[in-house]
Amino acid sequence: MLNLSRWKVILVILSVVFGVLFTLPNLLPEATRAQLPGFMPKKTLNLGLDLQGGSSLLYEVDLVALRAERLTNLIEDVRKTLTDEQVPFADLGQVNGAIVVRITDPAQFDKAQRVLRENIGGTTPSGARDVAVTTADGGRIRIALVEQAFEAAASSAVDQSIEVIRRRIDQLGTREPNIVRQGRNRISIQAAGESDPEKLKSIVGQTAKLTFQMVDESVPLQDAANGRIPPGSELLPSEDGLTPVLLVRKRAEVTGEMLVTAQAVFDSQTNRPAVSFRMNGQGARRFAAITSQNIGKRFAIVLDKRVISAPVIQGVIPSGNGQITGNFTTESAEELAVLLRAGALPAQLKVEEQKTVGAELGADAVKAGQLSTAVGFVAILLFMLVAYGFLFGGISIIALIINGLLIIATMSMTQATLTLPGIAGLILTLAVAVDANVLIYERMRDELRAGRSVLASMDAGFSRAMSTIIDANVTTILAALIMFQFGAGPVKGFAWTLSIGVVTSVFSAVLVTQVLLAWWFRATRPKTLPIV
Amino acid sequence: MKFWPLIKLLPEKTNFRFVAFARYAAILSVVAVLGSLFAALYPLKPPCGGLHCGIDFQGGTVLEMSTAPQAVDIAKARATLEAMNLGDVQLQTVGSPSSAAVRFQTPEGASASATVDNVKAALTRALGQVTFQRADVVGPKVSGELFQAGLMALGLAIGLMLVYIWFRFELQFGIGAVVALFHDVILTFGIIALFNFEFNLTTVAAILTIIGYSMNDTVVVFDRLRENLRKYKRMPLKEVIDLSINETLSRTIITGLTAVLALGGLAIFGGPTLFGMSLILMFGIAIGTYSSIYVAAPVILLWGVKRSDEEAQPLKPADARG
Repeated sequence: MLNLSRWKVILVILSVVFGVLFTLPNLLPEATRAQLPGFMPKKTLNLGLDLQGGSSLLYEVDLVALRAERLTNLIEDVRKTLTDEQVPFADLGQVNGAIVVRITDPAQFDKAQRVLRENIGGTTPSGARDVAVTTADGGRIRIALVEQAFEAAASSAVDQSIEVIRRRIDQLGTREPNIVRQGRNRISIQAAGESDPEKLKSIVGQTAKLTFQMVDESVPLQDAANGRIPPGSELLPSEDGLTPVLLVRKRAEVTGEMLVTAQAVFDSQTNRPAVSFRMNGQGARRFAAITSQNIGKRFAIVLDKRVISAPVIQGVIPSGNGQITGNFTTESAEELAVLLRAGALPAQLKVEEQKTVGAELGADAVKAGQLSTAVGFVAILLFMLVAYGFLFGGISIIALIINGLLIIATMSMTQATLTLPGIAGLILTLAVAVDANVLIYERMRDELRAGRSVLASMDAGFSRAMSTIIDANVTTILAALIMFQFGAGPVKGFAWTLSIGVVTSVFSAVLVTQVLLAWWFRATRPKTLPIV
Repeated sequence: MKFWPLIKLLPEKTNFRFVAFARYAAILSVVAVLGSLFAALYPLKPPCGGLHCGIDFQGGTVLEMSTAPQAVDIAKARATLEAMNLGDVQLQTVGSPSSAAVRFQTPEGASASATVDNVKAALTRALGQVTFQRADVVGPKVSGELFQAGLMALGLAIGLMLVYIWFRFELQFGIGAVVALFHDVILTFGIIALFNFEFNLTTVAAILTIIGYSMNDTVVVFDRLRENLRKYKRMPLKEVIDLSINETLSRTIITGLTAVLALGGLAIFGGPTLFGMSLILMFGIAIGTYSSIYVAAPVILLWGVKRSDEEAQPLKPADARG
């Protein structure tokens, strides 16, 4: 107690300065905060969505659908490759998650295998093929996805989805939401202050996969609707207002990736909303080729497996510029343009979890949180005063106030999220912080009663209580770490508050109390302690 | 004698013979644990058994709506919802009569978020001016994972505590502490079942906090016990335990009271979300304090500890009687 080392005093003073400086922004109105000089911290507590109001959406990238779609595309590629190379084949389809095709002319089996190896699938970044072509019994060839390559593709699909979502939301111009990947195939979107996420959901949730597919007119639509669908074609719902369904070729001639830009416009002839687009070089060439070969036929503009419109090709379109007309309102044309500009999601997204808190409810929660924190805090202070008197109680109160400052300062500085359960964590931390003081004081009383001098008792109080304090707090930290690892959202906030609180409370209860008691001892040289 | 500071009122030295009552306490504990297990598990309905399962763990949707200033027409809202074929629908007012909470499961195969939109639209049509203050949707996949993660967190917490105490003390202490933890966690589940509190992620956080606090309390007693075992090498274990509990008693009371006071403020002023949590924490702290004295320490007594100059001395049957 007498030889109080200087670094302890300096540390305590520094921590108080830190605590006050970083807590201060929370007490100032926003206008004053903006005028603070540059070196002053300006960050306030980062309130969680449950306190601030807002929406949190958890999406899952549908990897099952991604796999199915990949297989469907491969089947069409196989069909086209074999047809182009004039290899006769039959029984093309999926068997146990792989594609199997029977080559009907045994003489061409090797050739078929070769052309399939060369043309089907792509390469992974490491240079390996992403599909495996193997031979099977009965003149069959089996084409399977390489699992590793699919995992890599799935992972990049998730990353790409995040990119696309970010681009889409940027174009909406709302407050910047927080978009992060979660686990293997989940994406979490947190939009503070957004209490009606419908707009957000409609802009995020759409795959927006745009394809131009030829309309299959080889079979009357009525027959197709009754189930006579030719191979390589599919029946899609139509939203052009003319027919409920339409039979189209499965093969996508031009895809949305080939678009350079899209704009909501008014059609000059009908004066109705439409979306104009421009294609890149590759798209323009393909578009020109298709339009020149199919004059007089219809092609379908398909968005997410729904036909928007199916115009008749009037003439060659060489420039790659075009216009989509359909059943649009001004808003839906604008939305489609945004989606097309931002690009399609590489896979379907499903909402797995959605939490929305209205701003009003959040404000109520903040009020309740403030009031209950204040009441709890005052209750602890009064109790310590009553239990240990002005001096020792007062010292623990000062330590507790410094502790509170440090917690709020650290949380503001690290921008840790304060949630409603986090407030409970805060209160409980303050209550348990007193425990360290109590342990020290009780130890001092024991030592004094055992006949030691005041000075020796005070020293022993600190040194012997220390191991208990550490043991007792490590257990709380362990519990908090587990919550942090396993918990989601509000629970994480709770765990973080608890962890910060444990560290600052050990610091303030031990060091701050020690410094204050040492000053008191030097000033008064007491003969006994007022708590015995 | 002065009455303030209060600490002076506490007798300098207490000589309660805690261990003497350990047998009755043990009976009480066993009965309470069995009762809690029954209440928490029965009926054995997955995933939450006898507990009131929150959507975090069961999946489904909770909507909170307000028709302020008018009162919610519960009958009309119920009729609307029942017409929608949503299965198990729960509807009740929360706080004021002008706000209500709706909870329902997403029908098999339907999109959860589309269902919510439909329900919102239908309620708005039926009730007129409605504002939706909260909409929480949890899909079946996520809820399953959250439930697993919650259970794993509890298991891992208890395991880690055992390892830490084992490392810092010795195995017998660790076992005593872990038996006490199981006791606390099971009894807390019993309280949750008894009061029909919702079992969700926040509840798991509360239980983990109780685990932390209960360990904290046990460690303080154990610390003193270890010290006294070294100090009084010839004193029978029973008496050392009594002495250690008595010596730490004033700390136990003061810390427990502070925590309960602070949580009381939270329960009264913190609104509905914090009410359940702070009540669970309060009960947990009471249970944790009790278990440090009557579960953790007696387990050590049964098991015996290795004292520095003699072999482990488990309690002989004769001692146990009296």
